Amino acid sequence: MAFQRFSGSARYIADPDLLSSVNAAVALQRPLVVKGEPGTGKTLLAHAVSEALGIPLISWHVKSTSKAVEGLYTYDVVQRLNDSRFGDGDISDIRRYIKMGPMGKAFASERQVVLLLDEIDKADLEFPNDLLRELDEMKFFIPELDETVAAKHRPVMIITSNAEKELPDAFLRRCVFHYIGFPDRARMGEIVKVHHPDLDQVLLAKAMERFYSLRKIDGLRKKPSTSEFLDWLTVLVRAGVKSEDIEKKLPFLGVLLKQEKDLETLDLRRRRGH
Amino acid sequence: MPTDPGQLFLPLLYNLRAQGLRVGTGEWLTFLEGMSVGLAKDLDGIYRLGRAVLVHTEANYDAYDIAFHATFAGVDLKQQLKHALTSWLTDPKAWEEGRAAGEHGFESLEELLKAFNETLREQKERHEGGNRWVGTGGTSPYGNGGRANQGIRVGGKGGGRSAVQVAGDRRWANYRTDVRLDVRDFKVALRTLRKLLREGHEVLDLDGTIDQTGKNGGDIDLVFKKDRANRVRLVLLMDAGGSMAPHAQLVSRLFTAASELKHFKSFEHYYFHNCVYGQLFRNYETWDRRPTQEVLRELTPEHRVIYVGDASMAPWELFQDSGGFGEQGPAGIDWLKQLKAACPHSIWLNPDPQTYWRHPTVSAIGQIFPMFPLTLDGLRSASKKLRAA
Ligand SMILES: Nc1ncnc2c1ncn2[C@@H]1O[C@H](COP(=O)(O)OP(=O)(O)OP(=O)(O)O)[C@@H](O)[C@H]1O
Ligand SMILES: [Mg+2]
Repeated sequence: MAFQRFSGSARYIADPDLLSSVNAAVALQRPLVVKGEPGTGKTLLAHAVSEALGIPLISWHVKSTSKAVEGLYTYDVVQRLNDSRFGDGDISDIRRYIKMGPMGKAFASERQVVLLLDEIDKADLEFPNDLLRELDEMKFFIPELDETVAAKHRPVMIITSNAEKELPDAFLRRCVFHYIGFPDRARMGEIVKVHHPDLDQVLLAKAMERFYSLRKIDGLRKKPSTSEFLDWLTVLVRAGVKSEDIEKKLPFLGVLLKQEKDLETLDLRRRRGH
Repeated sequence: MPTDPGQLFLPLLYNLRAQGLRVGTGEWLTFLEGMSVGLAKDLDGIYRLGRAVLVHTEANYDAYDIAFHATFAGVDLKQQLKHALTSWLTDPKAWEEGRAAGEHGFESLEELLKAFNETLREQKERHEGGNRWVGTGGTSPYGNGGRANQGIRVGGKGGGRSAVQVAGDRRWANYRTDVRLDVRDFKVALRTLRKLLREGHEVLDLDGTIDQTGKNGGDIDLVFKKDRANRVRLVLLMDAGGSMAPHAQLVSRLFTAASELKHFKSFEHYYFHNCVYGQLFRNYETWDRRPTQEVLRELTPEHRVIYVGDASMAPWELFQDSGGFGEQGPAGIDWLKQLKAACPHSIWLNPDPQTYWRHPTVSAIGQIFPMFPLTLDGLRSASKKLRAA
């Protein structure tokens, strides 16, 4: 088969569903859109895929001000203008002022890469649509140089979203989509094992119990996520907290609940005897 | 291939459509392409591949599960058919060779697909458990095939649950957006309401600067232009009448979302009681109110008005002159018509299920304002309508 199969990497725990979605995206040469709660391992997935396939990773962290074209290239016209005024360097060589963006680099790369478009939902609604053409054609034109950059190898594209905004239909139709559900206890156990291989199993069981019941509370502004759970375990171990104490109190609660409001909510429930 | 391989999965396609999933031709072809490059080697694989390429939001995972379950659950294929199908799914080319060598008992792919579709049809209702297409106990259909079966597994995985069974669990039911709604969902939908125009902050216009600088013989001449800003002004008019009580939470979440979104050029909200009459209330408790006429006069083409209410009331409350708080004045329906005329970009969100919409006052109001259910899908369609305006 012409594509390499992703079977998870030692540091990343993937559901069989997620594995097939990754493999489908690689084989069908479609971008993979990964959606899920914060901390469900979306960003880490791109790293794991790059590691498992043994190809480099190029990341593009999308911000609210990001424009699609910046991912391709930027033309530093201000620098050129400045140079023209103050006579620094050869301003007739426009190439010096063209800088490849992450997508441009991925296209121009001599070998295939994993291209991560992290948090695409942060950008403007038009952002994904603006990329459609380049995604379809795997090339783009730089008018300043009168040159076309065509991808030597179609990058393995991984796009993450926290669903702050919806992605346009036309865009999604071209992608493989995967929603990472929140891990159940068994899966969480495996994830914990990667990060804390020697953790006391009683402590883990008690901590897990508390963690999942916290997540069930209605009205929390931000439910604690996998990364917060992992941090909490680290703190518990470092501080030498005994497993009985996890049951009785909730030590270092601030590691799990970061919002003042949520701590208040919890406090209120406790005083009401929940 | 002699036959369109897509035929094999037509029952799945029909069931997906029946669940309201609009599967486009492009996606369907991608799905079949995935099959043909060997991405799905058993029913579990078909389940995963189908979901990955045919479904684009977790909100539709549940609909997919229902369709998948409806297509494949309770289907008991005869050993021979099962074998032939699985081997075709796994390796169409090898299957073709096997067929030529007379190994399968099916003369052609057409015949195989016909047998499969017939079995699906016949057994659809006969939900008798036991041996399904995907053997639940990990039974392998490969017993005597003797080819290409390494690494291929048909049957339950780790926990012994097959894709069909997992689909039957309806694990994703809570993710449906036609039922669940919170503030964040509303925000996501409302964000799409915008009309960008250049106004507001000044930003450096590079192209303009270059042009000007060129004309200036190289002396830098900085040119500025206005940044893009959203021009949409949103007005939310909410029914606070008694029959709305069951929906109070839902409406307040919509209100919270709209007021927290710093996204519009302006945002105003008013309450009314059953229908709009001469006064609109900012707050019923403090009696903070304004004449409707005044609000009406302020509406501009940049305004978008969203009404929220069940629109169901006694007919006289809508049609008779001088409604509301004993004032003399036009009938409720005339107020609504005036508002609509002042701001054509208006829609009505109704929290009641659509089965109630035949009620005379609901349909009368539906004639004035395009009406959408107060669900996420409804709000999305509503936003789309307003955006098109
Ligand atoms: N499946 C997993 N296997 C191993 N570690 C995981 C897994 N999922 C989450 N983690 C841990 O949780 C941390 C957070 O993961 P990551 O940053 O990838 O989440 P994310 O989904 O990108 O979150 P956000 O939406 O906040 O960006 C990781 O650094 C890792 O420690
Ligand atoms: Mg991330």
